[in-house]
Amino acid sequence: MPEGGIGASVKRKEDFRFLTGRGNYTDDEVRAGQLYAHMLRSPHGHAALGSIDISKAAAAPGVVCVLTGADADADGIGGLPCGWGITSKDGSPMAEPKWPIIAQGKARYVGEVVAAVIAETAEQAADAAELVEIGYQALDAAAVTETAHLDGTPQIHDEAPNNLCFDWDFPAPEAADAVDAAFRAAAHTARLQLVNQRIIPHSMEPRAAVAEYDKGDEKLTLYCTAQAAHAMRLLLGAFVLNQPEHKFRVVAPDVGGGFGSKVAPYAEYAIICWASRRLERPVRWLGERAECFVTDAHGRDHVTEVELALDGDGRFTGLRVNTVANMGAYLSAFAPLIPTYLYATLFAGQYTTPAICCNVKAVFTNTSPVDALRGAGRPEATYLLERVIDEAAQATGIDPVEIRRRNFIAADAFPYQTPVALLYDSGAYERALDIALERADWSGFGARKSASEADGKMRGIGIAAPIEATGAAPSAIAGQLGARAGLYESAQVRFNATGTVTVFAGTHNHGQGHETTFAQLVTDKLGVPLENVEVVEGDTDRAVMGMGTYGSRSLSVGGSAIDRAMDKIIDKGKKIASHLLEASVDDIEFDSGTFTVSGTDRTIGIGEVAFAAYVPHNYPLEELEPGLDEQAFFDPVNFNFPFASYVCEVEIDPETGTVSVERFTAVDDVGNIVNPMIVEGQVHGGLAHGIGQALMEGAVFDETGQPLTGSLMDYTLPRADTVPSFDLDHTVTPCPMNPLGAKGVGEIGAIGAPPAAVNAIVDALRPLGVNHVDMPVTSQSVWQAIQSAKAS
Amino acid sequence: MYDFNYRKASSVGDAVSAVTGAEDGRFLAGGMTIIPTIKQRLAKPSDLVDLAGIDGLAGISVSGGVVEIGGMARHAEVNASAAVADAIPALAQLAGGIGDPQVRNRGTIGGSIANNDPAADYPAAVVGLGATVHTNRREIAGDAFFTGMFETALEDGELVTKVSFPVPSKAAYMKFPNPASRYAIVGVFVAATAGGPRVAVTGAGPCVFRVAEMEQALGGSFAPEAVADIKIGDGDLNSDIHASAEYRAHLVTVMAKRAVARANG
Amino acid sequence: MTSTVSMTVNGKQVSAECEGRTLLVQYLREKLALTGTHVGCDTSQCGACVVHVDGISVKSCTLLAHQAEGADVVTIEGLADGDTLHPMQEAFRENHALQCGFCTPGMVMSAIDMVNRHDTLDEKTVRHQLEGNLCRCTGYHNIVKAILAAHPVMKGAA
Repeated sequence: MPEGGIGASVKRKEDFRFLTGRGNYTDDEVRAGQLYAHMLRSPHGHAALGSIDISKAAAAPGVVCVLTGADADADGIGGLPCGWGITSKDGSPMAEPKWPIIAQGKARYVGEVVAAVIAETAEQAADAAELVEIGYQALDAAAVTETAHLDGTPQIHDEAPNNLCFDWDFPAPEAADAVDAAFRAAAHTARLQLVNQRIIPHSMEPRAAVAEYDKGDEKLTLYCTAQAAHAMRLLLGAFVLNQPEHKFRVVAPDVGGGFGSKVAPYAEYAIICWASRRLERPVRWLGERAECFVTDAHGRDHVTEVELALDGDGRFTGLRVNTVANMGAYLSAFAPLIPTYLYATLFAGQYTTPAICCNVKAVFTNTSPVDALRGAGRPEATYLLERVIDEAAQATGIDPVEIRRRNFIAADAFPYQTPVALLYDSGAYERALDIALERADWSGFGARKSASEADGKMRGIGIAAPIEATGAAPSAIAGQLGARAGLYESAQVRFNATGTVTVFAGTHNHGQGHETTFAQLVTDKLGVPLENVEVVEGDTDRAVMGMGTYGSRSLSVGGSAIDRAMDKIIDKGKKIASHLLEASVDDIEFDSGTFTVSGTDRTIGIGEVAFAAYVPHNYPLEELEPGLDEQAFFDPVNFNFPFASYVCEVEIDPETGTVSVERFTAVDDVGNIVNPMIVEGQVHGGLAHGIGQALMEGAVFDETGQPLTGSLMDYTLPRADTVPSFDLDHTVTPCPMNPLGAKGVGEIGAIGAPPAAVNAIVDALRPLGVNHVDMPVTSQSVWQAIQSAKAS
Repeated sequence: MYDFNYRKASSVGDAVSAVTGAEDGRFLAGGMTIIPTIKQRLAKPSDLVDLAGIDGLAGISVSGGVVEIGGMARHAEVNASAAVADAIPALAQLAGGIGDPQVRNRGTIGGSIANNDPAADYPAAVVGLGATVHTNRREIAGDAFFTGMFETALEDGELVTKVSFPVPSKAAYMKFPNPASRYAIVGVFVAATAGGPRVAVTGAGPCVFRVAEMEQALGGSFAPEAVADIKIGDGDLNSDIHASAEYRAHLVTVMAKRAVARANG
Repeated sequence: MTSTVSMTVNGKQVSAECEGRTLLVQYLREKLALTGTHVGCDTSQCGACVVHVDGISVKSCTLLAHQAEGADVVTIEGLADGDTLHPMQEAFRENHALQCGFCTPGMVMSAIDMVNRHDTLDEKTVRHQLEGNLCRCTGYHNIVKAILAAHPVMKGAA
């Protein structure tokens, strides 16, 4: 068996390229004769467009054309589609107003494209954009999440009275009765009003795209920053551009981070594709960071009331959640899914709460559209649950650790059916908690707190036990819930004649290390040396139709498809080997790259088998096709459920309100692990993202919809000196639902870190009478909380 | 980004005539503010006149109880200067907290004070130490140099050639940074100077200012307790999403107290 | 108005026609096709564009090409010797200090300058010295580890 199979911390195959400046990102693609697009964007949150005069811009030096919303209509260009439908509690479908690629009639958020200028150089396009004259008439805006659906609020879309997109009850109307009964019988209750604030994705690579239309074969090629090339092609081709799939190639080359924000089709991509088709020249667009701040789909933005009922023993008996979720000005591709089925289905957490109900009102506002962002719904669910549990610990006088223990789903209770639709696959929650407490030296906290106090500081410790549903998705179930696409994954495993292997996968690597991890699967199962395996992703002309990378699905769904394809390779290989070894196929065994006639020393390597398959001189051609190249699709039977226990310890300077994360311990269980080094890296990144949300990040709009955090001068990203080093450990509870036993890992850190951090902060402040501080918990908000507590 | 003419000046005189002779000429020192500003189309100068090639603008020297820093001295040079660290450690430390390492490698003291960003660090040192700003035309007292938000006493065609800081008996700078931009939400420079205690505040208001009440109190006793209960009014202070005027006023007291403690070692 | 700007980039003499406004990063990416240096923001904060100019790390998005006239510029493409990585590159690889790779060139260039400027380094100093470089993938944990690992190697090799 070659080295580097499952379980090895193999150094990444892709690193040499990135470390030597040889990465190939979208903006590195250069095309002869290329034009540059500049998007003119609305400076208003809500405005009627009035007259649009492009004549001066069109006559400016270097300008090739100026495109408006009316041009798009005239050319039959469609609106940006939404990939998920939600039905309101009264049975009506969600309001789904058209999202034109260039604003028509009104602009509904700052940053919406109102005209596109295409010119010979980027600077000429930008210069000319200043000459477009638009007779804006500013309108009153609806920019505040909690009030957007109230009477008297300015209306954004005719199709959405009271700015309401949907009003959704879950799991069913009867559930509320059971929850009401639990509250009537409760010995204790806990309640919190909290905000899960809007955050901005900020992948380090700005969004970018290059479109090239070849009139010769009527084929359009789009290079873009995408996490899901096939989905991008399907959505843009079928719904927006009317470009047939077989005449449309989408390539997502190296992509500099996504975090969910590079899944949806964006207006700019449609505009440059359309422009390239009109002009028969390549057209490129590179997002400036300021543009990305307002147009990359934002995440979160919930206002929630959560209530937990408990019996006299501190057992959870009922959970009630009411949320207003902000969709932004239009429905981005998966926006409706996030505050519904990715959210409310996680309200059980790691606990046995028998009765759960929720209502979610989704509203339109004059703000940037919202979509998936690292965790997408699951952070919001975990945050409210883990926060209200700490509040319940106070109400009952039970220690926060003990109250969680008392309510954990037992390790022998799996598969476990929650009251919110999901069937948990496997788990051992208390074990992870025990390890986390031990590593975090939970029992030594008192001494550390005393030391902080002697230094004039306050200290707090907090815990969170997150769970998430990853591995989207069983397609049939997703379809019942409103998905407008399948959610399987695909792979093709191709032996080349000389014994090397190329894997074509429908997922996409934008930092997750697929080129290495997927190759390890091949090394492990087929015995091919790691350096002889190449993974190809992100090109619709090369890879099989797959659904892409998001929702921590790539290994458990995509990796499983690779595994299935390798099963087919082995099956066929056995037939070839049986011919070459002159034995019955039933007697052929395969292990570590070698076919053996059972009970003999007659063997043949898989490389030789592959060679025979491509040079079939001695080959059973009458029974078997030549070649060794197999493809598989994998549609999971269920989601999978990674879980964790996190302990966060903070120190607060009470004079300034400054919070510093002093210690962070994370014990994750993501099922079987292929590359521990890569898994740890995913956890590190998720934790930093979560600490960012807890302490720093927050998109702020004023009442007119004007963003107040439109650049890195005002939007705080975690930096090296504002996040700690992390202490990691893991347990392994294999997932029984996929052949690899794997669960997702990309998001769990971002899901669990915010409640762990806020619980720690509230723990520190509780002696002052503070029981909640909304995120981001900045110095100013802590200082204000202390002042308010002192005043009351 | 709008285009402009780039000119590299060979002497101060050459630079001044290039700027004054242009339609809308601007000096280019480190460029750490003006280049991003032009990139964002917030400024449209016709000419940028680079001062980097002019001999004699960049040195650092310490003698006779005065630290002299050339207008083109980079923040990193001031931060790394053993002579500065020895004479006025607070000044070296302040320079080491501006922006980030790459900004410090390019940004200059002359450019910083000529820009007079209300949240910049150097104005606090210039005022807090009672420095003198030397230009190609005259000497300007630090107290008279900063005249308002992004406004200074500099006239058209006038450029900062050096800044001279009298060495105090002790001094310290405490900065409470904006978590996003790392500029000062509040920065307080305190110094015990020959002319008495000085307390200069940056970041909190539209322009650097001194706090007379604190200076008086420190004149009585140069101790943290002397300023710990002195609250400044928040009526004229900045207010934004990161810090209300009230919070800034509070931070001025806290940072002043901590700066005095640090100055006392 | 354009004029010729010449400099040494990764040991090679180069020159190209530039406008006044041409940034060093544009010169590198567009004139020289050295696309390893990235643009990640427009406010000079992310550090994806960091290169060395006369041995000092600078943000090439905030320097005019003209300002680098005659300078000795090193970019991420100029570090490795064929297949042999620079010790800092090797430390990043060994410690999994990169994921999507976009911030990596700037991180590596800043990290090398940091090591050059510090006889000793500890975690706190490394974290503070990295304040001009943003990463969204790694949580910085492994970047810090890599720099601390590369420091003795680079100092030993010097």
